[in-house]
Amino acid sequence: MSDIGSYSLLLALALSVYAFVAGFISLLFQNPVAALAGGRERAASDPSFSGLLRQNSERIGETARRAGIMVFAAVFVAAAALVIAAFSNDFSIAYIFHHSNRDLPAAYKFATLWSGQEGSLVFWALLLSGYGFVLRLRYKTDPRLFAYAGVVLAAVQVFFLALINFAANPFGLLQGPMRPDGTGLNPLLQYPEMVIHPPMLYLGYVGFTVPFAFALGALIMKYPGEKWIHITRRWTMVTWGFLTIGIFLGAHWAYSVLGWGGYWGWDPVENASLMPWLVGTAFLHSVMMQEKRGMLKVWNMWLVFAAFWLAILGTFLTRSGIISSVHAFAQSSIGDWFAYFLAITFAVFVYFFLKNKNHLHSEHKLESLMSRESSFLFNNLLFVLLCFTVLWGTWFPKISELVQGNKVTVGAPFYNRVAIPVALLLLILTAIGPLLAWRKTSFESLKRNFLWPTIGAVAVMVFLMITPAAWGSPFGLRPWLDISYFYSLMAIGLSVLVALTVASEFYRGGRVISEKTGQGMFASMVQLTHRNTRRYGGYIVHFGVVVVIIGLAGAAFNQDKEKEMAYGDKMEIGPYTLVCRSYTDEEFPNYAAEWAVLDVYKNGRQIDTLTPERRFYKASQQTSTMPFIRSTLNEDLYVVYEGLNQDTGHPILKAHLNPLVMWIWLGVWIIIGGTALALVPNAPAPMRMPSARTVESRANAAPVPTAGD
Amino acid sequence: MQHPCPPPGIKERTQGQPLEILGAASAVQPLKARHLDLMMTNQHRLRCLMHCGLLVFAVFALMGAGADPASRFHDIGHRMMCICGCNQILLECNHVGCPDSDGMRNELMAAVTRGDSDSLVEQAFVQKYGPTVLAAPTTQGFDRTAYIVPFVGLILGAGLVILVVRAWKNRPTPVLADGINPARGADLQKFREQARRETEL
Repeated sequence: MSDIGSYSLLLALALSVYAFVAGFISLLFQNPVAALAGGRERAASDPSFSGLLRQNSERIGETARRAGIMVFAAVFVAAAALVIAAFSNDFSIAYIFHHSNRDLPAAYKFATLWSGQEGSLVFWALLLSGYGFVLRLRYKTDPRLFAYAGVVLAAVQVFFLALINFAANPFGLLQGPMRPDGTGLNPLLQYPEMVIHPPMLYLGYVGFTVPFAFALGALIMKYPGEKWIHITRRWTMVTWGFLTIGIFLGAHWAYSVLGWGGYWGWDPVENASLMPWLVGTAFLHSVMMQEKRGMLKVWNMWLVFAAFWLAILGTFLTRSGIISSVHAFAQSSIGDWFAYFLAITFAVFVYFFLKNKNHLHSEHKLESLMSRESSFLFNNLLFVLLCFTVLWGTWFPKISELVQGNKVTVGAPFYNRVAIPVALLLLILTAIGPLLAWRKTSFESLKRNFLWPTIGAVAVMVFLMITPAAWGSPFGLRPWLDISYFYSLMAIGLSVLVALTVASEFYRGGRVISEKTGQGMFASMVQLTHRNTRRYGGYIVHFGVVVVIIGLAGAAFNQDKEKEMAYGDKMEIGPYTLVCRSYTDEEFPNYAAEWAVLDVYKNGRQIDTLTPERRFYKASQQTSTMPFIRSTLNEDLYVVYEGLNQDTGHPILKAHLNPLVMWIWLGVWIIIGGTALALVPNAPAPMRMPSARTVESRANAAPVPTAGD
Repeated sequence: MQHPCPPPGIKERTQGQPLEILGAASAVQPLKARHLDLMMTNQHRLRCLMHCGLLVFAVFALMGAGADPASRFHDIGHRMMCICGCNQILLECNHVGCPDSDGMRNELMAAVTRGDSDSLVEQAFVQKYGPTVLAAPTTQGFDRTAYIVPFVGLILGAGLVILVVRAWKNRPTPVLADGINPARGADLQKFREQARRETEL
């Protein structure tokens, strides 16, 4: 397996080098005048020479395209070899020895592929070549643009495959005698979501290479028109969707496994995934300016580049060891590779940007500050600022060390203070933006559309403030007691505002169709959505985002309690009473487990039984908690078995009461649904048929004369 | 500050009494004086609003000042990190047998019970465990830049966007070919509405 894998990787590298070089030569010679000194005279005097060059370059380009397709096959073989080695317990391969063991369940053996430094790079290369495979198969959409994009993609592939072959080879053999068993997979990664979280996240990270390839290709070739941006937008949306799923799966994994009761810790690795997501989100908004109005061309070019660059920067952060993080891979020399790659890509992009920036001038002027265009400008400002804040916070410990000689911690309190106000401003724009028309909006129109949603939002905020906490709801929000309550109230109020503006957009559009067709309101809204999937899919994404934000706002009311519990002991938290029924331990092939059995009572009635668990993984000699989470729409009861008190022999349990967490996961499903909907092509507008009501009124107004009259 | 002599048109009043403009009198007074009166009235209203704002702010601020030891422990404990290497907030460190967090929590509880101020507790922890024990940079010295830079970015960015918008608004309109009369005013508004209706619904 080791040999097959190693040779496949070498072959993949050779093919990607060929795809890059041949593709580059092909593009160079498709424009012989520019390519050859004195070519102008020769091409002018000898048309057959020019034709011959073009024909040959097209052939070379075709071989480059096919080589690019074959890269996928070669990397696939290498990845398969690594997985097969894990399943066949081939501990002669160092990577398998360090990341697998005999008793590891099959799903986690599969996950071995992305569990360590070297394997995850192979996985990265596999996804990149997979994207390249699809891109090169779809080349007929625009052969010339796709050829340029293919060359850029091949260059990125060369980097990753060179890195894998020469600096992080996953097929390196273990020195010394053959070991009977491996040291096993990190226990934290032995959780079902870990089988899908990294692929989703990597699909997001890697996917940003494709928009970047199109953008750089379009910049180099001075692509005429906006077709490239249509193509790029769809790729970006797919990538953004994967990254969204990846980020939230990661959050859910952290919540379900790490046992501290939270889902986001502002760890540098989490931040690394958030930065390209924020920039990608900014691009998905600003791209509409370019498509509809021919504006923001320079800005969009930079956003696409920034999303790609930040995805690589995130990888650099996690792999170089430059920033300390609980997630980070071991410190290694490959950080230097990434640093050089980042510098080269930046230099190449800046060079072509400066060379061809005149091609990127805007076609229209802005007519009013109160327009959709300016709302997108401010939206982009806030997204990019949030991204900068996260980047700044991530690097600040390093900057502080350089300036004042000591590191500082930049954790949740910093981001809560700095990022939340900006996020709230963004939420306001999310509410206002869709109500603004392109070019210009009258104040009257804005007032008309905004009045009822605002009244609704203010009513909800007042309701939240005046409802007594004694009612047993998470309400009774007193914003003056704590800044977190203030943020929470604002977040919920503005979320309601956004939700109402989204609902009003559906309602107004549905009403127009209903009046025209005579259909019911719901059917009209469905038809409306089908006729402009992108716009209404986007609204559904906005709605999902506010559902997530309401879930996040619940964090201001988190409670927790810790107690050592003997048989029959009780712990009260919020409306719940936990009674320890028993505690025990058990042996499994892969791990040993200790757990407690707790009965949960609410209002004096038993409603559930929880079994929080703590595992000791034998191969890696590490422990891991498996919290038991009882989720409802109102709140999560989250119980962690922390371990046995060695003196008394009783278990120590920690209970968290986390309001509204389920809203976060529900919101993510809505976001995914909205994104998928936005990718569906629009249904053609149906022929205008007069509604039954209209026909009836016409019939009453002007009876058709008959022959007998 | 009280207006020394009420201008014509404004009733004599005691402190705290709202200003009232007399419609009949204002109709006859000179325009400049009326303008001045109006400005003074607006200034007074603005001052009243600011005073109310300050009062509300002070009430809110003071309401949080008398926090009980348990909530202070909770607040300060969430502003500190466990130093065992888990990268977790002190009160969220969930390691049984963690060599550090139990001791740190006990120290924190003792300090809060003693009535030490927040800054004193934080200083004591920094002296003992180093600056990384604080979960966020302080607001002193170079650390302050951590908070300033994003907001400076916001202000500069907003300024830049406004400049861009102004530049774009002032961009010359492309010259149309002969014989084409661009729609303006009500016609333009009508066409826009039509286009919006027909293309987006």
